Amino acid sequence: MEFDRRRDTVTAYVTGELDQCSAQSIRRELDQLIEDPSVRRLVLDLKNMRFMDSSGIGVILGRYRTLAQRGGTVAVRNMNAHVERIFLLSGMNQIIQII
Amino acid sequence: MQTINQMKLEFSSVPENEGFARVAVSAFAVQLNPTLDVLADIKTAVSEAVTNAIVHGYAERPGTVTVSARLRSDGILEIEVIDQGRGIVDIAQAMQPFFTTQPEKERSGMGFSVMQTFMDEVQVESSPGQGTTVRMKKRIETAE
Repeated sequence: MEFDRRRDTVTAYVTGELDQCSAQSIRRELDQLIEDPSVRRLVLDLKNMRFMDSSGIGVILGRYRTLAQRGGTVAVRNMNAHVERIFLLSGMNQIIQII
Repeated sequence: MQTINQMKLEFSSVPENEGFARVAVSAFAVQLNPTLDVLADIKTAVSEAVTNAIVHGYAERPGTVTVSARLRSDGILEIEVIDQGRGIVDIAQAMQPFFTTQPEKERSGMGFSVMQTFMDEVQVESSPGQGTTVRMKKRIETAE
Protein backbone atom coordinates (compact mmCIF):
# COMPACT_ATOMS: atom_id res chain seq x y z
CA MET A 1 0.00 0.00 0.00
CA GLU A 2 1.37 3.40 -0.93
CA PHE A 3 1.53 6.01 1.76
CA ASP A 4 3.16 9.26 2.72
CA ARG A 5 3.94 10.71 6.08
CA ARG A 6 4.08 14.35 7.10
CA ARG A 7 4.85 15.02 10.73
CA ASP A 8 2.25 13.08 12.78
CA THR A 9 -0.02 12.29 9.81
CA VAL A 10 0.08 9.17 7.65
CA THR A 11 -1.91 9.14 4.42
CA ALA A 12 -2.59 5.62 3.10
CA TYR A 13 -3.78 5.05 -0.46
CA VAL A 14 -6.17 2.10 -0.39
CA THR A 15 -6.55 0.37 -3.74
CA GLY A 16 -8.58 -2.52 -5.08
CA GLU A 17 -11.39 -4.11 -3.11
CA LEU A 18 -12.01 -4.00 0.62
CA ASP A 19 -14.08 -7.02 1.60
CA GLN A 20 -13.75 -9.76 4.19
CA CYS A 21 -11.23 -11.56 1.95
CA SER A 22 -8.84 -8.62 1.71
CA ALA A 23 -9.59 -7.10 5.12
CA GLN A 24 -6.92 -9.03 6.97
CA SER A 25 -4.03 -7.96 4.76
CA ILE A 26 -5.24 -4.33 4.57
CA ARG A 27 -5.65 -4.29 8.37
CA ARG A 28 -2.10 -5.59 8.78
CA GLU A 29 -0.66 -3.00 6.39
CA LEU A 30 -2.50 -0.14 8.06
CA ASP A 31 -1.41 -1.32 11.51
CA GLN A 32 2.20 -1.20 10.36
CA LEU A 33 1.74 2.35 9.11
CA ILE A 34 0.39 3.56 12.46
CA GLU A 35 2.64 1.40 14.61
CA ASP A 36 4.84 4.38 15.46
CA PRO A 37 3.16 5.97 18.51
CA SER A 38 4.00 9.44 17.23
CA VAL A 39 1.45 8.94 14.44
CA ARG A 40 -1.68 10.79 15.55
CA ARG A 41 -3.67 11.01 12.36
CA LEU A 42 -4.46 8.46 9.67
CA VAL A 43 -5.95 9.68 6.40
CA LEU A 44 -7.36 6.98 4.13
CA ASP A 45 -7.43 8.01 0.49
CA LEU A 46 -10.08 5.85 -1.19
CA LYS A 47 -9.80 7.28 -4.70
CA ASN A 48 -8.60 3.98 -6.19
CA MET A 49 -10.67 1.66 -4.02
CA ARG A 50 -13.07 -0.06 -6.41
CA PHE A 51 -15.31 -1.78 -3.86
CA MET A 52 -16.06 -1.84 -0.16
CA ASP A 53 -18.66 -3.70 1.85
CA SER A 54 -19.32 -3.68 5.59
CA SER A 55 -16.01 -5.48 6.22
CA GLY A 56 -14.43 -2.10 5.52
CA ILE A 57 -16.34 -0.57 8.42
CA GLY A 58 -14.66 -2.98 10.81
CA VAL A 59 -11.22 -2.25 9.36
CA ILE A 60 -11.61 1.53 9.61
CA LEU A 61 -13.18 1.46 13.09
CA GLY A 62 -10.43 -0.82 14.33
CA ARG A 63 -7.74 1.65 13.26
CA TYR A 64 -9.78 4.47 14.76
CA ARG A 65 -9.78 2.67 18.13
CA THR A 66 -6.00 2.32 18.00
CA LEU A 67 -5.45 5.99 17.25
CA ALA A 68 -8.16 7.25 19.61
CA GLN A 69 -6.33 5.53 22.47
CA ARG A 70 -3.41 7.89 21.84
CA GLY A 71 -5.62 10.90 21.23
CA GLY A 72 -5.46 10.57 17.47
CA THR A 73 -8.01 10.65 14.65
CA VAL A 74 -8.89 8.96 11.36
CA ALA A 75 -10.16 10.71 8.25
CA VAL A 76 -11.18 9.49 4.81
CA ARG A 77 -11.09 11.31 1.51
CA ASN A 78 -12.10 10.70 -2.10
CA MET A 79 -14.97 8.39 -1.18
CA ASN A 80 -17.33 7.48 -3.97
CA ALA A 81 -21.06 7.82 -3.42
CA HIS A 82 -21.53 4.12 -2.77
CA VAL A 83 -18.93 3.93 -0.03
CA GLU A 84 -20.34 7.12 1.45
CA ARG A 85 -23.73 5.41 1.79
CA ILE A 86 -22.13 2.62 3.82
CA PHE A 87 -20.36 5.25 5.89
CA LEU A 88 -23.56 7.10 6.65
CA LEU A 89 -25.51 3.91 7.29
CA SER A 90 -23.02 2.80 9.92
CA GLY A 91 -22.81 6.24 11.51
CA MET A 92 -19.04 6.23 11.01
CA ASN A 93 -19.25 9.83 9.86
CA GLN A 94 -19.80 10.77 13.51
CA ILE A 95 -16.28 9.73 14.48
CA ILE A 96 -14.41 9.52 11.17
CA GLN A 97 -13.89 12.83 9.45
CA ILE A 98 -14.77 13.00 5.76
CA ILE A 99 -12.48 15.39 3.90
CA MET B 1 -44.32 -13.96 -12.50
CA GLN B 2 -42.58 -15.12 -15.66
CA THR B 3 -38.87 -15.91 -15.55
CA ILE B 4 -36.83 -14.26 -18.30
CA ASN B 5 -33.52 -15.78 -17.33
CA GLN B 6 -31.94 -17.58 -14.40
CA MET B 7 -28.60 -18.85 -13.21
CA LYS B 8 -27.14 -20.87 -10.35
CA LEU B 9 -23.63 -21.00 -8.93
CA GLU B 10 -22.13 -23.41 -6.41
CA PHE B 11 -18.76 -22.71 -4.91
CA SER B 12 -16.55 -23.51 -1.95
CA SER B 13 -16.98 -21.42 1.18
CA VAL B 14 -13.65 -19.65 0.89
CA PRO B 15 -13.24 -15.85 1.10
CA GLU B 16 -11.73 -15.68 -2.39
CA ASN B 17 -15.20 -16.51 -3.74
CA GLU B 18 -16.81 -13.38 -2.26
CA GLY B 19 -15.51 -11.34 -5.16
CA PHE B 20 -16.34 -14.05 -7.66
CA ALA B 21 -19.95 -14.26 -6.48
CA ARG B 22 -20.67 -10.53 -6.51
CA VAL B 23 -19.08 -10.03 -9.94
CA ALA B 24 -20.93 -13.04 -11.38
CA VAL B 25 -24.32 -11.84 -10.14
CA SER B 26 -23.74 -8.29 -11.33
CA ALA B 27 -22.62 -9.62 -14.73
CA PHE B 28 -25.87 -11.59 -14.89
CA ALA B 29 -27.87 -8.45 -14.04
CA VAL B 30 -26.15 -6.40 -16.76
CA GLN B 31 -28.49 -7.83 -19.42
CA LEU B 32 -31.23 -5.54 -18.08
CA ASN B 33 -28.99 -2.50 -18.62
CA PRO B 34 -29.08 -1.34 -14.99
CA THR B 35 -27.57 1.89 -13.77
CA LEU B 36 -24.11 1.72 -12.24
CA ASP B 37 -25.63 2.55 -8.87
CA VAL B 38 -27.97 -0.42 -9.06
CA LEU B 39 -25.10 -2.71 -10.04
CA ALA B 40 -23.08 -1.45 -7.08
CA ASP B 41 -26.05 -2.09 -4.77
CA ILE B 42 -26.37 -5.67 -6.04
CA LYS B 43 -22.64 -6.36 -5.75
CA THR B 44 -22.55 -5.08 -2.19
CA ALA B 45 -25.61 -7.01 -1.04
CA VAL B 46 -24.35 -10.26 -2.58
CA SER B 47 -20.95 -9.71 -0.99
CA GLU B 48 -22.57 -9.31 2.42
CA ALA B 49 -24.74 -12.41 2.09
CA VAL B 50 -21.91 -14.60 0.80
CA THR B 51 -19.56 -13.31 3.50
CA ASN B 52 -22.15 -14.23 6.14
CA ALA B 53 -22.42 -17.74 4.68
CA ILE B 54 -18.64 -18.22 4.77
CA VAL B 55 -17.86 -16.51 8.06
CA HIS B 56 -20.92 -17.37 10.12
CA GLY B 57 -22.70 -20.20 8.32
CA TYR B 58 -19.64 -22.37 7.90
CA ALA B 59 -17.50 -20.57 10.49
CA GLU B 60 -14.66 -20.66 7.94
CA ARG B 61 -14.87 -24.44 7.67
CA PRO B 62 -15.30 -26.22 4.30
CA GLY B 63 -18.77 -26.05 2.82
CA THR B 64 -20.68 -25.15 -0.30
CA VAL B 65 -22.44 -21.85 -0.95
CA THR B 66 -25.16 -21.70 -3.58
CA VAL B 67 -26.09 -18.43 -5.25
CA SER B 68 -28.96 -18.29 -7.69
CA ALA B 69 -30.48 -15.37 -9.52
CA ARG B 70 -33.69 -14.97 -11.50
CA LEU B 71 -34.72 -12.13 -13.75
CA ARG B 72 -38.47 -11.65 -13.82
CA SER B 73 -40.56 -10.19 -16.60
CA ASP B 74 -41.57 -7.31 -14.31
CA GLY B 75 -37.94 -6.13 -14.06
CA ILE B 76 -37.31 -7.61 -10.61
CA LEU B 77 -34.05 -9.44 -9.93
CA GLU B 78 -34.35 -12.17 -7.30
CA ILE B 79 -31.23 -13.50 -5.62
CA GLU B 80 -30.86 -16.42 -3.22
CA VAL B 81 -27.75 -17.14 -1.18
CA ILE B 82 -27.90 -20.53 0.52
CA ASP B 83 -25.59 -22.34 2.92
CA GLN B 84 -26.00 -25.59 4.82
CA GLY B 85 -24.03 -24.32 7.77
CA ARG B 86 -24.77 -23.71 11.42
CA GLY B 87 -27.86 -21.62 10.92
CA ILE B 88 -29.00 -18.62 12.96
CA VAL B 89 -30.52 -19.05 16.42
CA ASP B 90 -32.24 -15.65 16.56
CA ILE B 91 -32.78 -14.10 13.13
CA ALA B 92 -34.26 -10.84 14.47
CA GLN B 93 -31.25 -10.32 16.71
CA ALA B 94 -28.83 -11.18 13.91
CA MET B 95 -30.45 -8.53 11.71
CA GLN B 96 -30.08 -5.77 14.28
CA PRO B 97 -27.54 -3.13 13.21
CA PHE B 98 -24.14 -3.65 14.85
CA PHE B 99 -25.03 -7.07 16.25
CA THR B 100 -22.10 -9.43 15.80
CA THR B 101 -21.05 -12.69 17.34
CA GLN B 102 -17.41 -11.92 16.50
CA PRO B 103 -16.49 -8.44 17.78
CA GLU B 104 -12.93 -9.58 18.43
CA LYS B 105 -12.49 -10.04 14.68
CA GLU B 106 -13.59 -6.46 14.00
CA ARG B 107 -16.84 -7.56 12.37
CA SER B 108 -19.06 -4.52 12.02
CA GLY B 109 -22.40 -6.29 12.45
CA MET B 110 -23.76 -4.25 9.55
CA GLY B 111 -24.10 -6.99 6.93
CA PHE B 112 -27.88 -7.39 7.06
CA SER B 113 -28.38 -3.63 7.41
CA VAL B 114 -26.40 -3.08 4.21
CA MET B 115 -28.44 -5.76 2.42
CA GLN B 116 -31.70 -4.16 3.58
CA THR B 117 -30.54 -0.69 2.55
CA PHE B 118 -29.27 -1.64 -0.89
CA MET B 119 -32.00 -4.10 -1.89
CA ASP B 120 -35.77 -3.62 -2.02
CA GLU B 121 -36.57 -6.73 -0.01
CA VAL B 122 -34.55 -9.12 2.16
CA GLN B 123 -35.93 -12.31 3.69
CA VAL B 124 -33.98 -14.72 5.87
CA GLU B 125 -34.87 -18.32 6.61
CA SER B 126 -32.71 -20.22 9.02
CA SER B 127 -32.72 -22.69 11.85
CA PRO B 128 -29.82 -24.00 13.93
CA GLY B 129 -27.99 -26.83 12.21
CA GLN B 130 -30.08 -26.48 9.06
CA GLY B 131 -28.29 -23.64 7.27
CA THR B 132 -29.50 -20.28 6.08
CA THR B 133 -31.24 -18.96 2.99
CA VAL B 134 -31.18 -15.24 2.21
CA ARG B 135 -33.63 -14.08 -0.46
CA MET B 136 -33.28 -10.60 -1.87
CA LYS B 137 -35.19 -8.65 -4.49
CA LYS B 138 -34.23 -5.57 -6.43
CA ARG B 139 -36.11 -3.66 -9.06
CA ILE B 140 -33.72 -2.96 -11.89
CA GLU B 141 -33.70 0.69 -12.84
CA THR B 142 -32.61 0.84 -16.42
CA ALA B 143 -29.88 3.21 -17.55
CA GLU B 144 -30.83 5.72 -20.24
